Amino acid sequence: MTDAPDTLERPRSQWRDVWLQFRSHKGAMAGLAVFVTLILFVTLGPLIWRIDPTYIDPDPVRMIRGRNQPPSWAHPLGTDQLGRDMLARMMAGGQVSIAVGLVAMSISVLLGTLVGVLAGYFRKLDNPLMRLTDLFLALPLLPLLLVMVMLFRDALARALGPETGTFLMIVTAIGVTSWMQAARIVRGEVLALKEREFVLAARSIGTPSRRIILRHILPNVMSPIMVAATLGIASAIITESALSFLGLGFPPDFPTWGRLLFDGVDYLQQYPERVIWPGLAISLTVLSVNYIGDGLRDALDPRIRGR
Amino acid sequence: MLTFVLRRLLLSIPTLLFISLVIFLLVDFAPGSPASEIPLTVPPEVRAKILESMGVNAPLHERYLLWLKQFFWVEPLHAFDATFGTSYSEGMQRIISYQSRAPVFDIIAQRIPQTLTVVGSAYLIGVAIALPIGIYSAYRQYSWFDQLGTFVAMVGFSVPTFFTGVLLILIFAVGLGWFPSIYDTTLKVTDWDSFVQQARQMTMPVMVLALYNAAQISRYMRSSMLDNLGQDYVRTARAKGMNERVVLLKHVLRNSLIPVVTVIALGIPTIFGGAIITEQVFKVNGLGAALIGAIHANDLPMVQTLTFIFAVLIVMFNLVADILYGILDPRIRYD
Repeated sequence: MTDAPDTLERPRSQWRDVWLQFRSHKGAMAGLAVFVTLILFVTLGPLIWRIDPTYIDPDPVRMIRGRNQPPSWAHPLGTDQLGRDMLARMMAGGQVSIAVGLVAMSISVLLGTLVGVLAGYFRKLDNPLMRLTDLFLALPLLPLLLVMVMLFRDALARALGPETGTFLMIVTAIGVTSWMQAARIVRGEVLALKEREFVLAARSIGTPSRRIILRHILPNVMSPIMVAATLGIASAIITESALSFLGLGFPPDFPTWGRLLFDGVDYLQQYPERVIWPGLAISLTVLSVNYIGDGLRDALDPRIRGR
Repeated sequence: MLTFVLRRLLLSIPTLLFISLVIFLLVDFAPGSPASEIPLTVPPEVRAKILESMGVNAPLHERYLLWLKQFFWVEPLHAFDATFGTSYSEGMQRIISYQSRAPVFDIIAQRIPQTLTVVGSAYLIGVAIALPIGIYSAYRQYSWFDQLGTFVAMVGFSVPTFFTGVLLILIFAVGLGWFPSIYDTTLKVTDWDSFVQQARQMTMPVMVLALYNAAQISRYMRSSMLDNLGQDYVRTARAKGMNERVVLLKHVLRNSLIPVVTVIALGIPTIFGGAIITEQVFKVNGLGAALIGAIHANDLPMVQTLTFIFAVLIVMFNLVADILYGILDPRIRYD
């Protein structure tokens, strides 16, 4: 009698199952470890390594002597052509690059989910919204991004200051041009969910559409959204560094990984490590995020889970 | 089939018109006006005349329609004239670049060969590598070859092309000195020596782009093969006593190629977009470099026209992919 409750297994929550499945994916766990390390490096790093990444020695003689230093204990990654510490610049650059990735991904996923849910749930909106998605898919994105940056960078930089202005513009530009995949996936899921019995039940007791979407539909499309979000971070980081690499991203005194790589190319022959560090950081971030996305996709798929 | 193609062609007209409007308006908002290219020493009334002759003072819709007319009517007519020696387009105004005062399409015609040789061969090589890798890793799923292929593919599309490009320059141009790091556009292939030189300078950009393309296409090939390998007809073929070669290369491969062919077709226009970065890394003077140069110089007609050409390519290859699907897969009937 007293033993009976013990023989019953505790009901397992869905997220615990997902985590267990995710843990069995070796690549995803390695990716998660690398990504967490990189995030710690760029967030906690500057608290320990307290050199200002934009600090240039005001004394001209010391400034010229301190340029292009090889790695040493004072500057583990050396200094750049203006004598700024590369390690500090890598940390500051990483903060911006990862922040751009996260914010741009949030914008694109929000937009994509909104369009997808509206198109999937309301039949009247389906056709126009999906035509819009197709139109966006037919746009040449990289050229358009370049054009957008060229047009609005100076205006926004004047209005909001060079850093916030450029950040907002790049993040919005990337977000607005990358929501289409998420929208298509979400629409497909919503179309299928809408016909299920629990939605019918909810509607038959008079639940308004808004609450059906928020309470019943959205939680059920979370898994594809999460996968799309993870992969979105990776592509946003690549796009930002591509823009910076083409000289159309952040201003020169404002380091991001792409910008550091772009600046390093001029010194490729003499100081190759200046290209390798930022390039490695970008590649590792994107690779780890892609592996996490891969693992999440497997973990969130109930057909694979538990096998 | 024919009605489907016609319907899709008709449908692509409003799509293209909308995209052209978006591109035109976006570029037209540019704060940099063509007036900034004229030296300040030019007196104001002359400046006004120059601007008028460039047609920038006309209302927006007039300029948009003129641009459309030039893009879809004058330029094709001119190309026709140039090929057949006729003179239908005489006296018609062509799209003129602000930068060089030369017709935009002449510049594009000069640049296209560089882009096509580099990007085109990279795409072909990428596909040629990707297909066997995809086939074999699906056939031996979870073998060491498959694991390696998965890892290489993951690296291939995670590492951005500007980093692989720079790394290759570092290893092969700076370190080993095998290949030149800068692409010489003026090189003409006339004899064996210049051909070798051309091949050497093409090696690195082609490697970068081929790796990137092969990474994606080999994944598609693998998953498409896996889908088909589990089908009943494969078991039937094996039960009939066919050898593995025939089963794999005749039955499975043909069916798995259907989605892959459309993916390959869909990828062609994005190659032009992605090649912008690679062209910049290796200083290939192609379409991408033309676009970047035009953006930096505020050359609005050039930017508009090039961006729109990229859009036309995307719409066109979407159509090609759909048609190919209909031709290759007898289960799909559009009418």
